[in-house]
Formats: sequence, structure tokens, C-alpha cells
Amino acid sequence: MHRSPMAPTPPAPVPAPSLVDTLFQRSLGDLVKFLRADPSAAGESTAVARALSEIHREIRAPDAATKATALQKLTYLSSLHFAPVASHPLAFPAIELIASPFLPHKRLAYLAASLSLHPASLSLLPLATHQLHKDLSPSTSAAASHNVSALALQLLASPAAAAAPDLAAHLAHDLLPHLSRGSPRAIAAAARVIAASPSAAVPILFKPLAACLASPDPRASTAAAAAFCELSAPPADAAPFLPLAPDLYNLLTTSRSNWALIKVLKVFGRLAPLESRLAARIVDPVCQLLARSAAMSLTFECIRTVLTALPAHDTAVCLAIGKAKEFLTAEDDPNLRYLGLLALGMLGPTYVSTVHECRDVIAQSLGDADSNIRREALHLMMGMIDRNNIMDIAGMLVSHAAKSDPEFANDILGAVLAACGHNVYELVSDFDWYVSLLTDMARSLHCAQGDEIGRQLVDVGLRVQDARPELVHSSRTLLIDPALLANHLLCPVLSAAAWVSGEYVNFTKDPVELVEALLQPRTSLLPMSVRAVYIQAVFKVITFCCNSYVERLSDSSKEVAVGLNGLSIDETVSEGRKAPLVSGDEQITVPSMMEKDPFSEKSIIHMIDLIETTVGPLFECNEVEVLERARNLIGFVHLIREVQELKESKVDDDEKHSWVKELVKNMQTVFSQEIGPVSLNAQEKVSLPVDIVLNETLAELDDIVSEDDTTPSSSILFYPRSHGSIENRNEPALSLGSSSLLSEHRKRHGLYYLPTGKTEDEPVDYPHANDPLLPASNESSLDDKSNTAQPVTGGKKLKAVKSRPKVVKLDGEDFLSSMVPSANVPKEDSLSGAVRGVLLDRDLKPSSSQKASDKAYEGIVNKMETGGSSSQWKNNVDAELVGHPTSSSRPSIQPSHEKESTNPLESDGKEVKEPKRHRRSSRGGHHQGKHKHRERHSTQPDVPQAPIIQDFLL
Amino acid sequence: MINFVLLISRQGKVRLTKWYSPYTQKERTKVIRELSGLILSRGPKLCNFVEWRGYKVVYRRYASLYFCMCIDADDNELEVLEIIHHFVEILDRYFGSVCELDLIFNFHKAYYILDEVLIAGELQESSKKNVARLIAAQDSLVEAAKEEASSISNIIAQATK
Repeated sequence: MHRSPMAPTPPAPVPAPSLVDTLFQRSLGDLVKFLRADPSAAGESTAVARALSEIHREIRAPDAATKATALQKLTYLSSLHFAPVASHPLAFPAIELIASPFLPHKRLAYLAASLSLHPASLSLLPLATHQLHKDLSPSTSAAASHNVSALALQLLASPAAAAAPDLAAHLAHDLLPHLSRGSPRAIAAAARVIAASPSAAVPILFKPLAACLASPDPRASTAAAAAFCELSAPPADAAPFLPLAPDLYNLLTTSRSNWALIKVLKVFGRLAPLESRLAARIVDPVCQLLARSAAMSLTFECIRTVLTALPAHDTAVCLAIGKAKEFLTAEDDPNLRYLGLLALGMLGPTYVSTVHECRDVIAQSLGDADSNIRREALHLMMGMIDRNNIMDIAGMLVSHAAKSDPEFANDILGAVLAACGHNVYELVSDFDWYVSLLTDMARSLHCAQGDEIGRQLVDVGLRVQDARPELVHSSRTLLIDPALLANHLLCPVLSAAAWVSGEYVNFTKDPVELVEALLQPRTSLLPMSVRAVYIQAVFKVITFCCNSYVERLSDSSKEVAVGLNGLSIDETVSEGRKAPLVSGDEQITVPSMMEKDPFSEKSIIHMIDLIETTVGPLFECNEVEVLERARNLIGFVHLIREVQELKESKVDDDEKHSWVKELVKNMQTVFSQEIGPVSLNAQEKVSLPVDIVLNETLAELDDIVSEDDTTPSSSILFYPRSHGSIENRNEPALSLGSSSLLSEHRKRHGLYYLPTGKTEDEPVDYPHANDPLLPASNESSLDDKSNTAQPVTGGKKLKAVKSRPKVVKLDGEDFLSSMVPSANVPKEDSLSGAVRGVLLDRDLKPSSSQKASDKAYEGIVNKMETGGSSSQWKNNVDAELVGHPTSSSRPSIQPSHEKESTNPLESDGKEVKEPKRHRRSSRGGHHQGKHKHRERHSTQPDVPQAPIIQDFLL
Repeated sequence: MINFVLLISRQGKVRLTKWYSPYTQKERTKVIRELSGLILSRGPKLCNFVEWRGYKVVYRRYASLYFCMCIDADDNELEVLEIIHHFVEILDRYFGSVCELDLIFNFHKAYYILDEVLIAGELQESSKKNVARLIAAQDSLVEAAKEEASSISNIIAQATK
């Protein structure tokens, strides 16, 4: 009978379905078969599209039967195949057909309307108002009218009615006869109507609806209980339903329908907290139900009601807890176990001990096959944690994470990290334990919480002084493990471990091992941002070792007068000594007790060798951050080397050796300043100096601004590096460069700076804003960069008066958490991108190395201006410029300008003027340094670009 | 309150949807895609509740069909599980050991039965007998009307209209 699926269906511009259409129309069954003929997705969608176009035509047929079948098919497509109803308005034909006197059509139409009407098609619903009104009113044929009104009620109870308040208000009166009859449909519809337009419907419908609660017909009372349960649901206020309490109570004590009881209990659960007398009243019946009922759904509802609404009634709560525990131990029913856990989670803080009693069961549930149960158990576990049991629970959870599937393992780790880190480690009292727990977590199999673990490692280091030895120890175990380096999820942790090891290097037992770990070949697997941290850590370690050696030798030289005097300079310098020290195989004249000592010259030379072979190749690196740090480190190492060579050539130069000593000490001071957390409000607490004039002197800037600031480059000087504000803090050579830039900036815009008590001719010594005692100025740069007014922290450390170690905590606590993770974010793209572009455009190596050396050079030049420590910096210059003769002939150029500018030549031209103008006084020193370098250049070994053992890195 | 009812086959085909809260067509498609991914991937012997977007979805598998009902967070999960079973039993009684194909080809009947069981997201008839009786009465009325309409005289009257 039906048209072949393959038959072409004309687009039918004129919707005039003929009798043929009616006769050959596909029925719903045909449509379903047609759709199932090609189960592939493409086949189905074409079939749906074809059927839709067919229906589109058929549905306009004047013939009701054709229309009804089309509507039925459309309903099918829209509800199961989600055909777009908007383009094939289902609502209009449905409403047309609702008026049909023919029951099957009417039924189809109501079905279509109740399925398809939603707020988007509501504009059509008012068209149906009259028909609904007619269908709701009683007519002659009893049976038929019952059915018809049932259909109409069904439509009113559908979500469409809730969105059409007008319709509901108009039809409220029509519901009354049906309500009085106790029809569940009418009750549900009344509830919808009341919810849709309370102002219009409540006066009419509320009382009849309430009367249904007392209806002898259990269907009516159940439906009414459900209706009130829905009306009093949370977004609404339950208080207006308090007067219904007697009827509900009656239902509670007499009803035998579990369905009704559950609803009544729900309503009481909302009403009882509002009225304490009510709570006292319902306790007994609820307890009886709880004790007697065999239906688990009702039992659970009673438990929920007691635990949430009647927490003050101890006997009831105990009974409920007893039942909940039964649920927990239901071995064969995961549903009950889940609900048992859920019930325990509802217990208020007064019953924490009960939860503790169930700890074993909960712990067992952590290993349940069902992720819902596991998650709920974890939730309960976290709720149990307090200061006394945190070690137990967290330790247990972390060991459990190792056995769990990756997703849940990370849920566990995340929850433990959040709980322990909550409110600045409020719950943690043993930080040694916590630090080792953090490393355990990092090593845990599926750990993807590297960011947070890394953040907390650094954070604990900053805040908890007492934890640092353990922190360094734990970091060592992470760093020396080559297996971890390949795991990219752990990079943030390794980065933090490297930073911690470098920062608190004084707690390291074996610095040589640490350097070896930081420079092991597999570090090449690390992302560049982490490598930069590694290199920086090496820098700190080597500085520390040198300093320790120098210090100790100068100490011992007091005791053993002559012989060790020469030695004292030896490790780094030593001019008077004859024994050559360049390579490790040479005879060492240091006393034997020092040989295994990390601070012996042998081990220092070993470290230096290692650094040169592994860090040297990084000069080729494209990543500026790594490049820069590598250069800094190598520069320092060369400095030490050079001194050795001087010594070899037996140049006796006391001054030399004293300045090398000084150099090492100075480097050490660079790193020695404690870094603490910084309050969010720190900036505000810097008091405004009295003599600062904010408004008057701006005019003086004009000439400067017009000449120098036309390039946007000055802004880059203080661009907050997203890359490691903390790491940068201790980056000596970088800060040499940047502090010189800073001083440059300061010179130009001095009035924006807080007074330092020194003249601007000594820009490098400019101290922190209100902490003039801070030793070296080298750090100042990064404080400015990261906008952290560091000095303020000192006064802001809160002393926790507990047995636990002091944890530095500031008021603006979120600040750190937001700041620290950014340490691992790669450097800003625009900058590195621009640099990379420049590097790729022109001859790659010269410009890149030049840039770096320029930067260092600039810093050094500025350092020299300070006068006091000029001698040591001269050497620095030499070291930096070795192998880069081009830079010596160039005027100093601010590297950031070059980076920033897309046209370096142009910016060069501008910049050349500027230093001349401002640095006239320092020219002498500048040139001197350059000359010195030239003299020595020939004698220098060609170190930095020396062929490196490339394989070592791979 | 039940927000919606879904019947999904093991292959992820939708067999019946009924929405008791307003969802647009777009949302419906999204909900179904999300939930079928969530529920079909769950193994046997797990609990029948899934937490989803702040709601709970109670589901139960009968043969190749998953019956899913989405409820509010504070609704009674076990009760809904019973409702599902109740509905399945009624379907079974009506179709005579119901199978997926029955629902596919009689989708509107499945809707009529569901409408007798649930209204506005609440159970309205807890007696299986009653539901069966009501549905049978409706069917007979419809059949009577259809017979009347398809009588020869009626067809002639229509054709010559």
C-alpha cells in the first residue's frame, strides 16, 4: 500500500494532498521500517529528512486522517530522532487536531502537544485554550468525556503548562470538578498550574488541593502528597505549607502506601526545621516507620528525614545511624552501600564520632568497583580529617591512590592536597611528614597533580623554615631519579624540587651529587622552562660550594698560617700555588680530610667541568630563558677558571685573589636573602615617603620622554615575567642585567622611585623600598618585576604560637596560590616569539649570543660604576666577553629593546644616544673594562663555544 | 520529581523520551548524548545511580534496554528504582513479555502507558491492575471509534465529500 521508499518525492510546492496521498500514505509502522532499513547514521539521517519532507506535505492535508497519521509520524521523529520541530511546526497541527471529535485523532494530538510544546512554541498554546476548556467540562457521554478530560489534564500537567501562565490561569476553574473527584491527573495538573501562576491559581485551587490530602481514596491522597512535595521543593519557601501539617500527619500515621509516606516524609523534612513542635510530634511515627518498614526506599527516606530534619532527637538519630550502618554492610547490594555512605555524609558535626566508627567500612569502600561509592567514601574520608588523624588518613589515602584507577587516584590526590593545603596547611603539624607525603604523591603512579604538588613544595619551603632540611632531602630523591624526568606530568614537581634544592642548598648533604643530578643527561627531556630552573639551581649550588670553600679556608688559614693561606684562594683562585688545578686528575695538595668533602677543590673542579660540558651546549638554545641562565652560569664558571689559569702562570696577584674571594661572597649574598610569601596587600603597606612630590616635576620629563621613550621598549623592562617570578629572584647574572636596566630606568625616571638615601650615581646599590639594610641590590629587579613589595613581608610574618613549626601566613592568602603556579608558565609568547623571529631572520648564532652577552655586559658595566666592587666585575666582564669580540666594539644596547623591536637597527640607533648621555661619568670604567678584556682575550681559552660532547645530553 | 524518562538501547538508540521539565530540542539531544555515554559504559554489578550535573540518574537495565529516570538530588533513589520496575511490569503485562521491538513499533502506546503511570514527574497510579484496566478501556474506545470511521459508508461519504 505504501509508497516505495525509493519513489521520488516531489518537493510539492503546492500543498494540495489528494485522495491519492491519503490512500498511499505511509503509516507509522511503515515509517519505522523505512528508518530501520538502513541502520547507518548517514542512511538514517537521509531517511529522516525524506520522511520529514513527506510529512511536511501530508500534514497540511484537509483530511483529518492523513493529518493525524502525519502528526503521529512527526511526533515519532521529533521525540526519538530529534528532528528539528521548529521547521516543522508540530504544535499547530496538533492544536488543530485537538479539536477533532474523533477520539483516536484527539488522543494523538494531545500526545503530540504534550510531547512537543515547550516554551519556544508557546505562542500557539492560547489557541488551544477554548478546546481545553471544552474538553475539561463534563459532557453527556460519560466514558468518552472521562477519557477526553484525562487527555486535557495530561496536557495541563505537562511542562508546557508551567511555561504558559495565562493558559493555566484561564483553566483553573475547570479543574475544580476533577479535583473534587480526586483524579490524580487533576491533582498533578493543579500543582502545575499553581506553580505556573500562583497569584491567579492559589485562591481557586489551593483549598481543593489540600482537601485531597484528606481524601479517603489513597490514589488522591498519594497524588496530593506528591503535589505538595513538589510545591514545597527547595527553591520555594516551605513555610506556607505549615498549616497542612495536621493532614500530612494524619497521612503519615494512617497511610499504608509507601509512595505516599515517602512524599509525606519529604514534606515533613522541609517543615520540621521551621517548627520545633512539629519535629517533636513526628519523631515517634517516623521512628516507628523506621523500625518497622521492610521497604528500603521508605527506610532510607526515614533515615534522611531524621538526619536532616530531626538532628536534635538523639534516639531517632541513633536508630537512623543503626539502619544506615546496616545499609553499609549490605555486601550484595551496591545501591544500599552507596546510600549508606550518603546517609553518613548527612550526619552533622555532632556525630563525627559515628563516622569515625565506620572508618573501616568507608576505607573498604574506597576500593569499591563503583566509582560513585568510591567518590562518596572519599568525600566522607575527607570530612573525617582533623589535626590528629591527618597523618593516618592522608597516608592511607595516598597509598590507596597507588592501587586505584588513574581517575580516582587523581581524585584522591587532589582531595588530599586540598585538605592538607587548606588555609595554609592548617591541619598539618609535622611538615617533615607532609613533605615526604608530597614526594610520595608525586611518585604515585598516575599522578597528574604535578602543578599543585610543585606549588606546595615551594610554598612549604617559603613558609616553613623547619621543613627545609626535609624538603631538600625529599627533593634530592626526586631529582636523582632519572626515571621521573621522562614523565611530563611531573615537570612542575621537578621544577619545584630543583628550585628548592637550589634555594636551600645549605641543607644539602652532597652538593656534588645534586649538581650531577641537576645536569644528568636526561634533563634534556625536560621542557625548557624547567631546564632554566635546573640551570639556575646549579648556579646556586656552585656558588654556595665556592663560598663555603672560601670561607672555610680563610677560617683555617688563621690557624695554619702560611701553607693554607695559599690554599684559601685555591679552590676558585689561588695565585701563589704551584700545583696545577685545571683538571681533576691533578695532584691535590689539600689535606686529605678534605678530599671527600663537597667543598674541596677537587669536587668543585669536578662540578665546574661538569657544568661546562653540559651547560655549554645550551648556548645554542633557542629558548631565551635557558640561554640566558646558561650564559650566566658559564660566565661565573669561567671567572673561576680564569683565576686558576692565572695561578698556573704564576702571576702573583694578591689583589686578584682577594677580589675573587669577594666575588664569591658577593654571589653568595645574591642568593642569601630569604624569600618569603608576599601579602596581597603588601604594596599598600609601603608608606608614602614624605618628600615625594607626585605632581610637580612631570614637566622635567618631557625631554627625556620625547627622546627616549618613543620606543615602547621601556615598558618591557618591568614586564612581569610570567616565567618564574620566584626563580628569577635569585638569578644573579640575569639580575645583573636587569638591575642595570633597572638602574637605567631609575636614572631616567628617578622621581617615580622611592628615595634610597643615595644619589642616583650609584644606581645599583639602590635598596628595597623600605629595607635599606638588604645587602645586595641585585635582587631588586625581580621585586619590581613581580610587583611584590618584598620587604614588607618581614614585618608581616605571623608567628603561629603552636608546637608545630612556624608557618608564615599572610592575610592575602590567595595571592600566593595564584602567583606561584605561574612560575611554570612558559615565557610570554610575544617576547620569545619576536626574539625567535629575529634569530631566524638573520645569522642565527652571532645575534643570539651577542644579545646575551650584551645584556650581561650592560649589567657588568653598570656594576662597575659602583666603584666599590669594581675589580671583581672587571673580571666578570672579561669572562662574559670571551668569545664575543663583537660586543666589545659595540655600544651597550639594552637587550630588551632589541628583543622587543621588530626592527633592531632602528632601536639601536635610538638607544645609542641614550647611554652616552646618561653614562658619561662611567665611561672611563667602561672602556677600561673593554681594554682589559682585549688584552686578555688572547690568553683566554676559547671556552664557551668549545666543542661540546653533544651525546652526553642525549 | 522525575525530570525526564529515557529508554536507551544498548547500542545507544533512543527508544522513548518523556520530559517533565522544559528542555529545548537542543538540550534534549545533548542530555541524551551525555547520559548514554555515561550509563552505557557502566559495568554490571554497580549501583544503579549516577550523579550527573547536580541531578541523579537512576537507571536499570532490562534485556537490551536501559530505563533511565533523572531525579533531583534529594529525591528517593530507591523509590524511583521501584517506579522503573513498576513501569516495566506494566509494559510486560500489556505487550506480553515486552521486547524492544514492541516499543519501537508501538511507541505511542508506550507513551500512553507511561502517561498512566507517571504524571508531571510523579507516580500517579501504583496499581498495575488499574493501569491495565484503564489502558484497555482506552484502547477499546479508540478501536470502536476507528471501526466506526472505517465503515464503508463512512469512506464513501468522505470520498465524495
